[in-house]
Amino acid sequence: MSLAADLGIAFGRVAFVMLFVLNMGGLLGWVERKQSAIMQDRIGANRASILGLRLFGLFHPIADAIKLLTKEDFRPARADRFLFALAPFVSVFFALAAFASIPFGDTLRVAGREIPLQAVTLNVGVLYVFAMLSLGVYGVMMAGWSSANNYALLGGQRAAALMISAEVAIGASIMGVIMVYGSLSMMDIVRGQGTLLWGWLPAWGIVTQPLAFVLFLTAGIAATKRIPFDMPEGESEIIGYFIEYSGMKAGMFMMTDFLETVVIAGMTTSLFLGGWQVPYLEAHGFRLPGGWTWALPHLLVVLLQVGAFVLKVCGMIFVMMLIRWTLPRFRYDQAMRLGWLGLFPLSVANIVLTGLVLLLWGGRP
Amino acid sequence: MRALQRFYLVEVLSGIALTAAHFFRNMGRHTLRALGKKDARGAVTIQYPEERRPYSPRLRSLHRLVRREDGSPRCVACMMCETVCPARCIYIIAAEHPNPEIEKVPARFDIDIGKCVFCGYCVEACPEDAIRMDTGILEFSSYSRGGMIYTKDALLALEPAGPDGRPRSPVPIPADRTP
Repeated sequence: MSLAADLGIAFGRVAFVMLFVLNMGGLLGWVERKQSAIMQDRIGANRASILGLRLFGLFHPIADAIKLLTKEDFRPARADRFLFALAPFVSVFFALAAFASIPFGDTLRVAGREIPLQAVTLNVGVLYVFAMLSLGVYGVMMAGWSSANNYALLGGQRAAALMISAEVAIGASIMGVIMVYGSLSMMDIVRGQGTLLWGWLPAWGIVTQPLAFVLFLTAGIAATKRIPFDMPEGESEIIGYFIEYSGMKAGMFMMTDFLETVVIAGMTTSLFLGGWQVPYLEAHGFRLPGGWTWALPHLLVVLLQVGAFVLKVCGMIFVMMLIRWTLPRFRYDQAMRLGWLGLFPLSVANIVLTGLVLLLWGGRP
Repeated sequence: MRALQRFYLVEVLSGIALTAAHFFRNMGRHTLRALGKKDARGAVTIQYPEERRPYSPRLRSLHRLVRREDGSPRCVACMMCETVCPARCIYIIAAEHPNPEIEKVPARFDIDIGKCVFCGYCVEACPEDAIRMDTGILEFSSYSRGGMIYTKDALLALEPAGPDGRPRSPVPIPADRTP
């Protein structure tokens, strides 16, 4: 009985994260079309209808999926059969797996059990997410290499170069956060952001590490391979690593970009925007700086926290979409220069600065 | 200023502020419209098949042949339009007119719309004001080249556009196109 309950809980945790990420990824196709349309004074896709119901074009992702699934699955004659088929799956798998160690709520206590609201409890969660994000580029490289197409190969090579330069900056910028909160576990980092600075300011990562936030977001957007860092794709010069793919396999690469957007949004939320923390909400209810308190039941607190996390992730996705539809793309050499001569030295400077402040301040805030 | 631009982040933020302002302004207008305020428009889009922009009276649209009071074509088959047509899309076969005061009448008057470049020279060249391009009809398409040939009877049946520039006669549908 106890084993069944444990299994059920573990399954529920994984299912929640999986469905959240998958649905967000699917929905982002719609968000992208509608948000860009509204930003550009257009209306956007609104024609797909079921029984005359249009719902602001919400059926378009379904229509797209049906179309992609029924298209010819083409494979070039000289392509590597196995790797060509495997590449999109590798891509999607690592993008999906990356979200596992991002906590979406505090510990839930039900019937004497303590359930950490996180798909996998890892004490090196931050490293795990990086590892998954970096491994994701293997799918792209495999796609580029196995397609037997020079443009695809160029795209794959660019993806690798971009990922390395972005990954270094991500890792270095995150060091500051790890130093401030003193843990590699995502849950501990989010918990650390629940304290108040000077008694009123939530110690969110964006407050304690503003420079790291900007650097991480920039490098994170680069890691999603979307505009303004779409060198692997490079529509205007090389079609990119998925030039030979058709049907749902091409759709999976597109999906990967969306999933990675969700992962980066989740990461940014957890590391810099307080994760599931609601300002001034503690385990037993609200406690405002003035001393005013409002007790809330445990379940409601947890619900509020999960809601806050989802809301913050959606907000971050909105910001990332805003950037994607505002900025023109970087040239390949410009992106490399930004990564190696801009983001990376600044991240190192941020580490030094954080260390100095922590040394002078005498420990963590 | 140049140093500030080189720093990039400031320019990025101002660009994002601009697009975000567009987003929220348009979103607000869309919301107002959904709440019943019909003059709020969040987009410049014209939802084409249902919604059409008014056409200018000068618009050169599908040709029509003008009729006399008795319904016969005003055209006297002088071949002016066929001669002036740069696309050579007009084919006329002349015939005798029963009335001796009228010289000729077209036995056939075909326009291959698939070749027409809509220059309007035929309208200008016509001495009888027998051909006009004022029907306001723009949606003529076909699955075959044959379907793009409009015969004398089809061209005679067309009416001029209404005062708003909208077509008054139905769009002639070629046999190979289902509506």
